Amino acid sequence: MSDTVASTVQPAAVEEVGEARSLGQDAWRSLRSNAMFWSAVLLIGLFVLMSIWPSLFTKTDPSFGNISNVRATPSAEHWFGTDTQGYDIYARTIYGARASILVGVLASLTTLLLGGVIGVVSGFYGRWLDALLSRITDIFYAIPLILGGILFMASFPNGPNSNYFIVVGKVVLVLTVFGWPTIARLMRSSVLQVKPNEYVLAARALGASPWRIIRSHILPNALAPAIVVATINLGVFIVVEATLSFLGIGLTPPAISWGVAISDALSSIRTYPHVLFFPSLFLSLAVLAFILLGDAVRDAFDPKSR
Amino acid sequence: MSTSTTKSAIPESNYKAGADGLLLEVEDLFVEFHTPEGVARAINGVSFDLRQGETLAILGESGSGKSVTAQAIMGILDMPPAVIPSGAIRYCGQDLLTMNQEQRRKSRGPEISMIFQDALSSLNPTFPVGWQIGEMFRQHRGMNRSDAYAQAVRLMERVAIPGAKDRVKNYPHQFSGGMRQRIMIAMAIALDPAVLIADEPTTALDVTVQAQIMALLAELQEERQMGLILITHDLGVVADVADRAAVMYAGRIVARAGIEDLYAHPAHPYTRGLLESIPRLDQKGQTLAAIGGLPPNLTRIPSGCTFHPRCRMAQDICRTEEPALRTVGNQQSACHFAEEVLNG
Repeated sequence: MSDTVASTVQPAAVEEVGEARSLGQDAWRSLRSNAMFWSAVLLIGLFVLMSIWPSLFTKTDPSFGNISNVRATPSAEHWFGTDTQGYDIYARTIYGARASILVGVLASLTTLLLGGVIGVVSGFYGRWLDALLSRITDIFYAIPLILGGILFMASFPNGPNSNYFIVVGKVVLVLTVFGWPTIARLMRSSVLQVKPNEYVLAARALGASPWRIIRSHILPNALAPAIVVATINLGVFIVVEATLSFLGIGLTPPAISWGVAISDALSSIRTYPHVLFFPSLFLSLAVLAFILLGDAVRDAFDPKSR
Repeated sequence: MSTSTTKSAIPESNYKAGADGLLLEVEDLFVEFHTPEGVARAINGVSFDLRQGETLAILGESGSGKSVTAQAIMGILDMPPAVIPSGAIRYCGQDLLTMNQEQRRKSRGPEISMIFQDALSSLNPTFPVGWQIGEMFRQHRGMNRSDAYAQAVRLMERVAIPGAKDRVKNYPHQFSGGMRQRIMIAMAIALDPAVLIADEPTTALDVTVQAQIMALLAELQEERQMGLILITHDLGVVADVADRAAVMYAGRIVARAGIEDLYAHPAHPYTRGLLESIPRLDQKGQTLAAIGGLPPNLTRIPSGCTFHPRCRMAQDICRTEEPALRTVGNQQSACHFAEEVLNG
């Protein structure tokens, strides 16, 4: 290849060059000035901090129950009062964040991974593989998340001394098994949208391998919707975890979780509503935060909303 | 094929052009698309060859099979629905159709390369252009990221992108259509291919930019002695650049000629129709001569000469007997009345 031959073709003038921005950078610019995004980030940051270092927020032991002081109303000593076992509600709510955040984040990641891989494979390779994977997706899609969760957790109940991480892992597993079809369908349809683009054909014509086409051309252009839905799903998974725990089949005591706390509080809902109020409030805030984040991210990735 | 050495080590090519510079031979190629509406016969027995340093123009309307031919050569047709029932595509004597997929994939880029019609959509919007040009070197030569960027800058300079060094990290949407087509060309020639196929490279561009891109292609072809296949429906675009032309209609080559003969003395009514339909400045105010009717539906190709329903000269024989491609003067034409066309 020679550079010595002078080019006879010279465009008239040098164009003005704008600042280089990728889709991600564009999205970040739009997020940066979005108040909804920052409040969601603030809340999520708080919850994440709570689940990693709960001792930053409270010095009280959540497993210390004082039977002589049950269902106490909020006071200086017990900010949120105490529950039916005499546990400090504030401490238990703080410690309960870990289960919800852990389940939500892990289940979102695993569904994104599993659903993403299945969606990409069926969208990209098509034909019989697509037919097969799509039918499997449909079968799992037809089972409601809660129903599947109840069936699974009732069939494999937790023992009284089960390891905390095994208990959490089981809930994550069940959410993954019944939660991936949404992502897979979404991923498949966005891969189908990206695939006919001429840059994919051009990449093939220039000798790119299928793996490189998926990695460099399909994924970066098809991933945004799946990320958005996975973020919104995070809130949904937290709710399902709380629901399963509420039904006594998700996380079970001694594991501390908002769902367990809500379930315990139900027996005294009329007489001591504050026992129910605080864990419910935190649960709602966490779900709200993730859904707000999902909304903000969706708007940022959608060029039409700008 | 290369006029000088590159800075990087180039793997020795497994392919050697024939003694007479023969690069590509397409022989009696058939391509069908199996659709729910029936079998669409897109290519029906196309043959041509291409030598080093030669430019072959393939002309024809939309749906005549030009792009399908190109994609069949590149091996990027989706199969199914496409099927190649018979024919051979030989590159340096090796049949690409019987070659294993991996070997064939590796030949795309360093041996045969392609430029697409729509420069606006043939670049990936999520990566900087330099990254995309550099990908050729990373993928085929295992080059590291910074060397690949350096090569990208060199190529962008070669295709005359102003301020290449500053623009190498820009994204496709920051370039104009013509600039994007230059970048596409840079990607296509990155690995010094022996054959370059340009599928309507200027259709999506302004007329002035079209001329620049054609000039750039011609210059690169001259410099590297590539075999260039130029696919277009625009006869005006290829006149200065091509050496030979093949005219396609309904998946067949109906005329073949040196480019000057084709323009000066067309030997097929379809070629003549195409030439007459080029708008001319000296015929201002007159109705534009267009070929009446539409190209045939490829699932129901007419009997006899496929062009007869639209041909002004059609006789009974044209409806029943398919004319073979035969030599008339110093060109070839598939018309029962080729002599009359040539002399009339």
